[in-house]
Amino acid sequence: MTTWMPWKIARKELKVISRKRSIIFYTVGLPLLIAAVFSIVVKNQIAHGISATISLGSESIIYLFVILATVLPSTIAAYSIVGEKIEKTLEPLLATPTTDGEILLGKSIAAFIPPILSTWIGASIFMAATDYILYNGGLGYYYFPNWNAGVMLFLLAPLAAILSIEVAVIASSRVSDVRGANQIAGLMFIPFVAVFFAGVEGIFTFSIGNLLIFSGIVTIADVVLFFLSKSTFKREEILTKWK
Amino acid sequence: MIETENLTRKFGDLTAVDNLTLRVDKGEVFGFLGPNGAGKTTTVRMLCCLISKTSGMAKIGDYEIGSQENALKIRKMIGLVPDNVGLYESLTAYENLDYYGTLYRRTDAQRKESNEYFLKLLGLWEKKDSLAGSFSKGMKQKLAIARALVHDPEILFMDEPTANLDPESAKTVREFILELKNQKKTIFLNTHNLDEAQRICDRIGILNTRLMAVGTPEELERSIHGRKTVIRLRQVNEPILNSLKRLQVKNMVREGNKLTVDVVNPEEENPDIVSAIVAAGGGVETVTVTSSSLEDAYLKLVRESA
Repeated sequence: MTTWMPWKIARKELKVISRKRSIIFYTVGLPLLIAAVFSIVVKNQIAHGISATISLGSESIIYLFVILATVLPSTIAAYSIVGEKIEKTLEPLLATPTTDGEILLGKSIAAFIPPILSTWIGASIFMAATDYILYNGGLGYYYFPNWNAGVMLFLLAPLAAILSIEVAVIASSRVSDVRGANQIAGLMFIPFVAVFFAGVEGIFTFSIGNLLIFSGIVTIADVVLFFLSKSTFKREEILTKWK
Repeated sequence: MIETENLTRKFGDLTAVDNLTLRVDKGEVFGFLGPNGAGKTTTVRMLCCLISKTSGMAKIGDYEIGSQENALKIRKMIGLVPDNVGLYESLTAYENLDYYGTLYRRTDAQRKESNEYFLKLLGLWEKKDSLAGSFSKGMKQKLAIARALVHDPEILFMDEPTANLDPESAKTVREFILELKNQKKTIFLNTHNLDEAQRICDRIGILNTRLMAVGTPEELERSIHGRKTVIRLRQVNEPILNSLKRLQVKNMVREGNKLTVDVVNPEEENPDIVSAIVAAGGGVETVTVTSSSLEDAYLKLVRESA
């Protein structure tokens, strides 16, 4: 497999995605909205004191961005694959001298980069705003960045995004519309939300140790689903068995 | 260039292509005729290494289908125009071609040159920055053909390229295929348009899961009923009929002053027939050669196989 070909495929995918306003709005808008809303929440909470503000769960809010990383890529991945099915562009694409792996990797890269970048940008805005509020509120140091946020954003979020893409690929072979694929892929959102509520209820703490264990579990799921999605994305399967 | 031997593809209990044996030479335009579900698309997909064969052998150039390594080599040699154009509608005409040039690992300079060449050739250069989604069906089909040619393939597979097109668009596409024929491209054309096959193809195969017949359009026409010579005379009498019987003409039918006889090679047989009539005192008004049409041949073969 040549290293550049997946990137060439990804570039075309990114070009197509950049012309779909709904996907852009969703991918860029949602992280910014969460950053803005929770920055306002932190600003209002500071009146109750610094410790009350931190205990509100700044890490929990960062974790919301991890959840975003599970939601956003599946939309792009589903569009990228089911969209080709709908527009009937898969057959000529599969007739080119590209391997199944190159096509799958190219599409995965395109589904990975915009959501993870916008997640990081949204989280950065939230962290900067929170630091500003807490520092001026008298904390005396910058709360963010910290190791917990680093593990969540640079380890757990990418792993979650990969999982989301893999589920979307598998779902895309079973349905004939983007919404259907997205709904199936969205089921993966449930365990991540369950962890969030466990955090809010105090059953789960967003400590480095717990986050690394959780990341390990997600990595195992990533590996298992990688082989499943790879076996799904085969020319023969696509042309003869996909709906 | 293309060779198959007992090529078979089954989907469960259903046999889509049954023991297909054929050969298409370099520079030949080969038409594959058959009703819907005859196995035409399945054959093309097997030859393009998109789906696997169940049994038999097929070679594209020097490469036999069936291995991943050969599949990549074969796909570099071929271009495919599928039955659905499958263009990226949110990309421009130029971007569509350029993307495929990239997939065929063409350099920037090669892509620029071929994109411009084909867009100009097809009269789409002025629309190069328009989204493919805004194109008419005919323009889309032309762009799909150009897309299959950006890497200068040796063989072009076309699956129903004029289906669902209005007559004018279909004519434009046919003219373009004829232009490719002049450039000596090997073309494998799936169609159920008999007129199109007759006008474009050097040879035609009639498929209905099994290959029913193969030959030039003229050979296929002759293969059904042969050809007939119709002679209109001023008057038909016994000496004329006897002279023709002596020539041992086949299936002579008299209708008034008109005689019809079966011939195999009218260019050789008709002068003898006319001489015999004249020698018997007959007056020949007209001599016409008729043959069954490709449509007759096609319908007969397909019905027989059903």
